[in-house]
Amino acid sequence: MRITVNGEPMEVGGTVADLLEARTGDRRPSGVAVAVAEEIVPRDDWAERSLQDGDVVEIVTAVQGG
Amino acid sequence: MSVFKIAGRELSSRLLLGTGGLPNLALLPDVIAAAEPGMVTVSMRRTSSTAAGGLLETLRAAKVPILPNTAGCLSAREAVLTAQLAREALETDWVKLEVIGDETSLMPDAVELVEAAEQLVRKGFTVLPYATDDPVLARRLEDAGCAAVMPLGSPIGSGLGILNPHAIEAIVAAVDVPVVLDAGVGTASDAALAMELGCSAVLAATAVTRADDPVAMARALRLAVEAGHTARGAGRIPRQAVARASSPMEGRIA
Repeated sequence: MRITVNGEPMEVGGTVADLLEARTGDRRPSGVAVAVAEEIVPRDDWAERSLQDGDVVEIVTAVQGG
Repeated sequence: MSVFKIAGRELSSRLLLGTGGLPNLALLPDVIAAAEPGMVTVSMRRTSSTAAGGLLETLRAAKVPILPNTAGCLSAREAVLTAQLAREALETDWVKLEVIGDETSLMPDAVELVEAAEQLVRKGFTVLPYATDDPVLARRLEDAGCAAVMPLGSPIGSGLGILNPHAIEAIVAAVDVPVVLDAGVGTASDAALAMELGCSAVLAATAVTRADDPVAMARALRLAVEAGHTARGAGRIPRQAVARASSPMEGRIA
């Protein structure tokens, strides 16, 4: 299954939590938010929300900024 | 200093601090200690593009409220999504709303800004919009339900200070919500002037983070904001074109 994560193509399956674990080593990292197809996926839904082929996923966190 | 509130929430200081541009995150605790800011801003970015590097841990250890911004957004759609991501990631419904018109001038796009503000207010956000120094736009943003307005003194990062002090005064007169001068502060006198003009607070980022000594500049801006606010309350003397002696003219020798 092919999805786009933070602008880059990835071959993964499973849930949002699975994706976060693969990228950050944590299924429920703090200070992070996830959107799929421009819709926020609330933290409590990460473990249940399955990713679909073609999904565009954004994973963001806070960085220094004015 | 007197109590300062935005949207009913008491803030401990009239100086707000941006964290962007600091060359070394290790300096941030000392900068925050010197500035004693009421809030500190952060931006939202993709997790892979910039290492978080313990920023949130540092801010939480400093016990300073975090104000996420939507810096870099070029449309209402992007800004609304970014604000929602920030709310989810940082568990705050406060947002410094930035919608810029282009990446060269970094000037706010007034049309998209008002649209984004309306949408975010409807979604329950406390919206602090970064705006041009236009009293009409400020009133539009207040009408949209914004909790404050944040006019620029001059372009972001320019350090040019307040290019149109009359416009800032006009904004202070035009709206009932707090006016927070945002962008353009280069040094302490700029922050003091903003407060003397009637602003409720000042947000500074680059002035501190890119100063030769960020910690010293953080302290200078804190003192300047306090000085300017106190001077505003004290009531300055009117300007006049002729001299007016302060010593008595009577009793002079010869």
